Parts: sequence; C-alpha cells; structure tokens
Amino acid sequence: MDFSDSPEEAAFRAKARDWLDANATRRDGSEKTQDHFMARDADEVARARDWQARKADAGWAGLTWPRAFGGRDATPIEQVIWNQEEGRYAVPPNVFLIGIGLVGPTVMMHGTDAQKNTVLPRALTGEDIWCQLFSEPAAGSDLAGIRTRARREGDEWVISGQKVWTSGAHYSTHGILLARTDPQVPKHKGMTMFLVDMSDPAIETRPIRQISGSASFNEVFIDNLRVPDSARLGGESEGWKVALTTLMNERFSISVGRASGGARAEELIGLAARVERNGRPAIEDGEVRARIADFIARQRGLEFTSYRVMTSLSRGEAPGEEGSIGKLLLGKLRQEMGAFGMELAGTAAGISAKTGDDVARWRNEYLTAPGNRIAGGTDEIQRTIIGERILGLPPEIRVDKDVAFSEL
Amino acid sequence: MNFGFSDEQDAIRGTLARMLSDHATLAVAHDCLDTAEGFDTATWAALADGGWLGLAIDEEAGGSAMGAVELAILAEEIGRSLAAVPFAPVLGLATPAIQDMGTQSQKEELLSGIAEGRMIVAAALAEDGGLAPERVSAKVVQDRLSGRKSPVSFAADASFALVAAMDAGGTPRLYLVDLSDPSVSINALDAIDCTRPAAEIVFHNTPVELLPGSDPAAIRTLLDGAAVLAAFEQIGLAERALSMTKAYACERRAFGRQIGSFQAVKHRLADMFAKIELARSNAFFGAWALASKDNRLAEAAAVARLTALDAVQFTTEESVQLHGGIGFTWAADPHLFLRRGWQLKAELGPADLWRERLLCDLANGPLASN
Repeated sequence: MDFSDSPEEAAFRAKARDWLDANATRRDGSEKTQDHFMARDADEVARARDWQARKADAGWAGLTWPRAFGGRDATPIEQVIWNQEEGRYAVPPNVFLIGIGLVGPTVMMHGTDAQKNTVLPRALTGEDIWCQLFSEPAAGSDLAGIRTRARREGDEWVISGQKVWTSGAHYSTHGILLARTDPQVPKHKGMTMFLVDMSDPAIETRPIRQISGSASFNEVFIDNLRVPDSARLGGESEGWKVALTTLMNERFSISVGRASGGARAEELIGLAARVERNGRPAIEDGEVRARIADFIARQRGLEFTSYRVMTSLSRGEAPGEEGSIGKLLLGKLRQEMGAFGMELAGTAAGISAKTGDDVARWRNEYLTAPGNRIAGGTDEIQRTIIGERILGLPPEIRVDKDVAFSEL
Repeated sequence: MNFGFSDEQDAIRGTLARMLSDHATLAVAHDCLDTAEGFDTATWAALADGGWLGLAIDEEAGGSAMGAVELAILAEEIGRSLAAVPFAPVLGLATPAIQDMGTQSQKEELLSGIAEGRMIVAAALAEDGGLAPERVSAKVVQDRLSGRKSPVSFAADASFALVAAMDAGGTPRLYLVDLSDPSVSINALDAIDCTRPAAEIVFHNTPVELLPGSDPAAIRTLLDGAAVLAAFEQIGLAERALSMTKAYACERRAFGRQIGSFQAVKHRLADMFAKIELARSNAFFGAWALASKDNRLAEAAAVARLTALDAVQFTTEESVQLHGGIGFTWAADPHLFLRRGWQLKAELGPADLWRERLLCDLANGPLASN
C-alpha cells in the first residue's frame, strides 16, 4: 500500500508539469466554473481548439495512441497522471474526448488506411471535433434497437432517422453514426457504422435544454443524408462489433478521466455552521451531523476506489471489478448531497438569493446529478452489468434476441 | 500508486484461506451457536500453529513482525470464515496495546503467550454502551481497580483483560488485569452471537498494572487501528454472505427461471457488491494509514467503519430476505452472518460513535477554520 508514483511515473509527471507550467496558468480558484468536456459557446470551442493544437504540437495529444498515429504510446497510468496535472491548470474544456478517446481507437481498429489518414491527424490536432451519434428516442439502454436507416444506392448510402442525447453535436464537425442497414435479421446483426460530416445540410442539430438549465446535448435529425461507401467504418452489418469497440473505449476514457470535480461533502460542514435549525446552528443537530458524516464516508470510498483503479492501471492491468461501482454510486451520492445542501436553507430550500450562493451551488449539484445516473449506462444497466458480468448471475431473458428486427 | 496487495500478500491470503476453510466450516459455526460453547479452540490452536497469532508481534517477543496490511488480510479471512475466535480483542486491541504501550516485562509476560495461543487477553473497554475513554467510570486508586466493564467478548476464556479506567487524577488509562484474582467476577450475558460469548466483568479492588504508554490520545489511536482491522473482518463476512446468497439465487428456481435472473434479485445483489467494494476502498485507506502511522488514521478508521457497518447490515439482512422462508430458519446459514455482523458492530460501537469521531477529527484538522 503506497500512494507514491513509481520512478517512471514520477519522471513522466515532472515532464508534464514542466510543459504545463511553461504553457498554461495554474488554477487559483477564481476561474469561472466550467464543464470538463463541454464547451458553452463558440469562444470556448475556439480556445479549446487552440489548446489542443499546442498540445498536439508538443506531443501531449492522444497520449495513449500509438506513435505511428501521432500519439505518445503512453500507458494508461500516464494518461491518468496527465489528466491530474492538466486538471490543476486553467485550460479550456476537453471537447476532443470523443474524437481522441472513442473515435480514434475505433478507426484504428476498424478503419481503412484512407480513413486512418484523414480522421486521425485532424482529431489529434483539434481541427475536427467528433460526436457520437448512437442513442435514439427509442434506443437508449437498448442501443441495438436503433431505427435510423441507411439504404445502399449504388456507391452511396442514404441515411435517414433521428439521434438524441448527442453531447456537443451543435459544435461538432463530424459524427460517428450507427445505422440499421438490414432490418430482416435480428437486431444486433443488421447494423453498420458510418463517419459523417456534421456540416451537411441533410443534418439538423437542435440543442436540448437539460433540467439544470444548460444545453450540452442535442437531438440530431438526419434527412436523406448521402454519404459515399468510403464513409462506412468496418464491414456492412458489422456495426455492432464496431460500436462495442467505441463503447469499450468510452468506459476506459471514463475510468481514466479527470475526477468529476463536483462538490466536496466537507463543504456541508461549513454550510451547516452558518445556518440554523431549531434555533441552534444546524451543525449541532444530530441528524445533520449523521447525514454529513455518512456523505463524507461515501465520498472517501469513491475517491479511494479511483486509487484502486489507478493501481490496476499502474500495474498494467485492466481496471478490475472495483471500477464498475464508481459510476453506479457517484450520481446518487451527488443527488442526495445536493438535496441536503438545499434543505439546510430551510424554507428557502432551492431558493437562491443570488447567483453562486450556497443554495444555487447545491441546487446545481442536485440538478446535474441525474445526468451521472443516466449517461453512459443508467444505474439500472450498471446493476445488471455488475450482476451478470461480475457476479455471474443468469442473464435477463431477451425475447427479441433471435427475431428479425422488422418483426419486433 | 500501489493501492492493493503485493503478490506475497496475496500468497499469504491463499494459505490462510485454505487453513481456515479446513478448520472453521459453517458446520462448526452452527455447533458453536447450538452448544453455546462459543470459542472454537481448534481453529485458534491451528492459527497459533501456523504462526498467524504472532503476525504483528515483534520478533524478540516470539512473533514474525509483519505489518498492518498482513494483519488486515488475517482479519478479512477470519471474517470470511466466520471462525468463532477472539481475533478482534486479542490481535486488534490487546496485542498492539501491550506492544506499543507496555513495559518490557509486560511484553515478555504476555506476547509470547498470545503468539502461541496459550493466552487470551480480553478487551474490557466498553461501559454503558459507550467506548469514549474520557467517559469511563471504572477507576483505579493505588493500583486497585473497581468498576464494571460490559460487554467483554471471550471474558470467560481469557486469563487477562485489557481494561480502560480512570487513574487517580481522572485521566483515562489502560491497565492489565489478571482475571484469576478472586476479586474479579465474570457474569455471562446473552449475546446476539453467542459464538463470541460476552460477559460483564465486575472488579472490586482488583490489583492492576498500568500500561505506561497509555494516554487518551494513544487509546483513541488503538481504537482507530482496531476499527480498521474490524472493517476487514466485516468485509470478509459481507463478501461471504454475498457469495452464499448469489449461489442460492443461481440454484433456486421460481416461475420457471433461476431467481437470480430477476432484476429485483440481481440488482439487490449488485447493490451488496457495490457497498462491499466501497467499504473495501475505505478499508484499504485505513490499512495504509495504520501501516504508515499516518495522521489521517482517525479519519480513515471512521470512514472505513461507517461504510463497513453499512455493507454488513445491508448484505446480511438482504441475505436472509433473498433466501426466503429457509433464510428465516435456525438451521440455515444466513442468520450466522447476521448475528456475527451485529457482534462486530457491538464490539467497537455503532455508526453514531464513529460519525462523531470523523466530524471531530475533521474539525480539529484542516477544516477547523470552517
């Protein structure tokens, strides 16, 4: 049991820190809050592109990509170390996570040479921003139920349908799109993956406002989009296999991703000291103390769970069973802490007097937390994954498994 | 970053697990419960023969001087085996107290006896439902102890007790007491888990020996260390309860399917797993803090304790539930885990004690200015 870096890790960290010191400013707490992965406006997108280009120039982009594709051949633990170090600096949001973390590795595995040569360098330098056109109104957790159709016409494919929950689609230049090409076979077998240009007029993107009030994801309407067969990624009807590569890399990106940066449970101690309950400082109330202590214990558990994931990566292993619980427990914890933070305001629960006050902060935690519980696999799907893949319980009965999609 | 076990430590676990599964079977646990004999002396002797009881004892005192992490592995495997042995009082409390706070002659007198399994030292710390050293009412005047300590696990099997009591100046200290003294009376209590027989001990002008290194801060640290080890014991217990319940959910059929294929069952088992792994992460932090004598030990112990208590309670209660009617019977296994879970809760106190430990520690630490 040891928290320190190995000598190689320490050397990598020092190198990263040197470059960051020379090229970025350390955070001092006065920065505007921003999402780690989503840009709010065109200005943030432009700054993100500029930062990515400088990183690429200096060899700090696409760290885990092979050198042959412009990467650094870095180990997963080096990616974690970079994320930790970069997180200390006031840098723009990483809108390239999908391009570099998900699309790049998928293209490397399933793409043609031509696709590798066009997609990879432009993703690396930040010229292209990618989004993931997977989920649909009728296919979320059950992704293989997608209805967006791609029909072959000569050397072209004609794609029509609707995607939804597409993060960053409104500023993305390209998308990786899963479509149904053969409805006459069972649902997992009739899909094909495409790489599409988001500026095509056949694609319309409409931002969706979330319950938190911001709009980081979109619905995307595709109306007779024509793409050449060279835009097909992987074999015809092999879309599910290609999608699994993307999803596997998504899980990896999440497990090595920057810590969520949400509110710390200890902040509730200070808040409870400033407000009253039953005429006494709330922090003297037994129930308040119990709730806060339990939040701290759970949050520490998640923090140390990420250390266990890092240990696996550091040893060159895939993140083990422990990695799967972080995603499941984080959203609910943030939601409960947000609710409690608001409740401490008593009759003003949820009612903030000014921007950025305590109620506003905890309300924001409360209203963004449901996203943690839904995106990237709902809590319910996570439990099924833990039950079946880790505990080895018998699978769900799947009534649609061997039925042609058109018969469902 | 190395927040896990080494290959050598994994090998230790394997050896231990094999030894314990040979001796401490669930049939033995049922026997201990039915006969109210409690103490599984055969398993304790096997642990002594294997050198496990001297794991953390210095070499000159007859031990093998391994670290807190190895001790944590032993705790987890004992928890998993459900062995009815006095691990927590003897190895979690008495041994570190004597080793860290005792005189040379106290160490010589007791540690090799502990390592060889000849001597049980019970931990008589609790009184009136509490553990806080500054609130004990047992008192020592001129090396004579008077007061009641309760509950004390394995008191009837012990030759010595480690007792928390006030000195003449009103400072809580730890003392060693020879329980064979005629002034000592031991009255058996009815514990929820009689495989860890509990008793009240009444001292009346009983001769004692002070552990000179014991002061309130050292006593707190001792309790913190014991809580870390107990968290591993709790995790071992909860994990076994989960695996037993999982096996049942795969075997039992209803409505033409294995019940483990129903989400109502599957998702509850997943929740058990998540709570256990969360507790394990905190326990790892605790083992690290204990091994490196880090000043975050109090915080680490408290969060490990809080999440372990939650994991055990949820897992053992839902284990009874998911076994259905059979889980409600005396003859079935689930109640063994439920009872042991409560016993482990009682021995170092329930969550509210540790919530206060956590908040007070944070208030005195970096957050004091909040």
